[in-house]
Amino acid sequence: MIGLLKNDRGGQIFLILLALATLLVPLLNLLPADNPLHLTTYTVTLLGKYLTFALLAMAIDLAWGYLGILSLGHGAFFALGGYAMGMYLMRQIGDRGVYGNPELPDFMVFLNWESLPWFWYGFDMFWFAMLMVMLVPGLLAFVFGWLAFRSRVTGVYLSIITQALTYALMLAFFRNEMGFGGNNGLTDFKDILGFSLQADTTRSALYITSALALGLGYLACRAVVNSRLGRVAVAIRDAEDRTRFTGYKVEHVKLAIFTFSAVLAGIAGALYVPQVGIINPGEFSPLNSIEMVIWVAVGGRATLYGAAAGALMVNYGKTYFTAALPEVWLFALGALFVLVTIFLPKGVIGLLQRRRSGS
Amino acid sequence: MSIIKLIKWLLLASLLSGAPLAVSLAEDEIGALERAGELLKSRKFSDKSQAVELLTRDAGEPAVALLKALLNSRLYYIKKDKQLVIIGEKSKEGYQVSDALNHQSLGTLSKRKIKKISLNNRLRSQIRSALAVAELRSPDGEKRLAAVNQMLDRPKAEYAALIEPLLEKESDAEVRDAMAIVIALANLDAEDESARMAAVETLDGNIHPAVRNGLKKLKQNTDDKAFSAEIDRVLNNIDAKLQLYSLVENLFFGLSLGSVLVLAAIGLAITFGVMGVINMAHGELIMIGAYTTYVIQLLMPDNIAASVIVAIPAAFVVSGLVGIAIERGVIRFLYGRTLETLLATFGISLILQQTVRSIFSPLNRSVETPAWMSGTWEINSALSLTMNRLYIILFCLLVFAALFVVLKRTRLGLQVRAVSQNRAMARAMGVRSEWVDAMTFGLGSGIAGVAGVALSQLTNVGPNLGQSYIIDSFMVVVFGGVGNLWGTLVGGMTLGVANKFLEPWSGAVLAKILVLVFIILFIQKRPRGLFPQKGRAAEG
Repeated sequence: MIGLLKNDRGGQIFLILLALATLLVPLLNLLPADNPLHLTTYTVTLLGKYLTFALLAMAIDLAWGYLGILSLGHGAFFALGGYAMGMYLMRQIGDRGVYGNPELPDFMVFLNWESLPWFWYGFDMFWFAMLMVMLVPGLLAFVFGWLAFRSRVTGVYLSIITQALTYALMLAFFRNEMGFGGNNGLTDFKDILGFSLQADTTRSALYITSALALGLGYLACRAVVNSRLGRVAVAIRDAEDRTRFTGYKVEHVKLAIFTFSAVLAGIAGALYVPQVGIINPGEFSPLNSIEMVIWVAVGGRATLYGAAAGALMVNYGKTYFTAALPEVWLFALGALFVLVTIFLPKGVIGLLQRRRSGS
Repeated sequence: MSIIKLIKWLLLASLLSGAPLAVSLAEDEIGALERAGELLKSRKFSDKSQAVELLTRDAGEPAVALLKALLNSRLYYIKKDKQLVIIGEKSKEGYQVSDALNHQSLGTLSKRKIKKISLNNRLRSQIRSALAVAELRSPDGEKRLAAVNQMLDRPKAEYAALIEPLLEKESDAEVRDAMAIVIALANLDAEDESARMAAVETLDGNIHPAVRNGLKKLKQNTDDKAFSAEIDRVLNNIDAKLQLYSLVENLFFGLSLGSVLVLAAIGLAITFGVMGVINMAHGELIMIGAYTTYVIQLLMPDNIAASVIVAIPAAFVVSGLVGIAIERGVIRFLYGRTLETLLATFGISLILQQTVRSIFSPLNRSVETPAWMSGTWEINSALSLTMNRLYIILFCLLVFAALFVVLKRTRLGLQVRAVSQNRAMARAMGVRSEWVDAMTFGLGSGIAGVAGVALSQLTNVGPNLGQSYIIDSFMVVVFGGVGNLWGTLVGGMTLGVANKFLEPWSGAVLAKILVLVFIILFIQKRPRGLFPQKGRAAEG
């Protein structure tokens, strides 16, 4: 691990800051409420949500920054991971739902379903649900990527069909017949692994888990980037045809990294759902996926930690603006898109680096 | 007139004296109209029925008016003097009433002073058929046809007897055909077997629902195998025809949906295809066009019919100018970085949406459809096409043709094609590529605005209007093949028709999902769309 970070000053700083935040935030939450340094549980959960977004942004950066694939469909992988987690949480409700049916989730009782559909089997077991959190987005990315990369769909075309993918999934999940709660999605969760989701300690634990996942995710991404695979990926990004002519299996490299990125996004989704307490088809909306890309662009591409930083900054801005000046938020976000692409092609991290090397 | 008044007083007197009406009035003494009027006031429905029959036989203009008023529950009589009146507008003091027979206004009367002449269902249907018969004698061919068609909608055996004497005199071929069907329908129940057979033959190929029902009923009641087989044959013919018409209808709906898609996508085909620029704000340019229509309608509220026509050039100019501003302000800094253009224009789309939301409120605005665009074109009982969709198809083809001419026949079009094929060479030949870029973008955006005018006639105008079309538009362009107008036309129409043909089988949402999945798979097979660009431009 030390070797991994030897020449990665930004990564070192990022991990140290993350470790500090991981320790400090739950501690500050433990302080008595009248202490000026006290952090409310609401804030802890909010920060935990940002951390899952940061992990998601990192996954997008891996595909976009290092492989040159601008995916406008990563929201789909994120949401699928979230749904897998949501299904586990639904099954944990048991007979505490509004209808008190021990076998079926509320929405199925409401739709007059007789029995649990086959694809809900196994989700009452935590390990199975966690396996699905990774397997379902991974498998979708694998099949989709295998088709797309093999027929050499690149650039803009790829971006647009990833967008079509998440759009199609959104429409599908809106349907009640799909068996995922339709319009309302999955919500009204009670507890996870036996711990109540409303408890402060569970909230803090989820926050710490998200932070750990982000840290581990960073290390994993860094390991991929530093490996031979990662170097070939950069070569593909810069000159795909040349890499192919040199004898590398371009499709395989793309497929491996794209699938890994989707799995990371799925894990981020799975951590997101218990913290916000709901997952619905709106998460699939193409708008969400594009917004995720701008996190990466704001932070700075091909740095990994930049993407995480961008996700934190933009989402903090979103929380602030939507509460204080709701009218202004879309203007601000829109302007961010325009200004970052024109003036900050390397993002905020690029700006910092330039300043340091300049001085 | 004074005689009538006198008779009325006489009548009143006879009523007061308690003498039965039917006896006290001789038919020849006064007109059928008067007598019917008296009978209507009776409490007994049998008397009223007799009155309706009298009016039917009379069939003059006043009799028909009386029957219509009766059917619409507007025929009353004044309680005091039993005068028959027709009520008009309701006001605070009561109803405006006028004499039922001579239509003289009697001022306003309170509701308590008048009494409605009540009907039962049997009488209502009697009046309806009486009115239909009256209409059958109308000098207006259209009215006669409508009357016969009305009979077809509620077929009855007695209609045949009513129509048969009129059939000979009928001059209009269309009306005569319709009459023959009514008679044939009645003859399906004839005692005589050959008459029944002849009726079945006459009905062959007629798609009116009444015919189908009649034949089905007849088939259930027949034991004769040969006859039953013949009915089956005719029924099959009818079903085949109906299927054909539903096919045509689906095709029409598909083409109209396809036209919307083509209209929305064709501007994108220019900016994306010809210039290689991803414009995510394209949907918002459509939205701006729709809002322009709305504003123009606010400016000329007295002339909705013309406002749509005025809105077309206005929307073109407004959206075009916004497009040029986007190109000059943002996109020209990003040429060669297509993925970044995508993000920047997406940002612009958010800004435009929020701007519209701030100016016009987030609520949907409804744009009125002018009278000449609404209504339906009824071809036959199984097939009717809505006018606004028909106009959309025509409009789409018109816009396509205009754009095609601009790109293939004008100097600007030549320059656009030159720059898109080889920018450096075009510049060397003296083409001002920057100016061409701005104009191309303006043209594509202007077309988006024009699409917005069309969409404003189909859906509500709101800040999210553009968003719902942007993905579809991209799909059309990618499916058709980038940089190819024909591809956009064929692609859009194909997707529209495919969508509409899937819909009855799978439901609207699933149809859309299937089409999306199909496109995703199609791109794998043919990454450059239906009509790929050939030659050097393809590598760009």
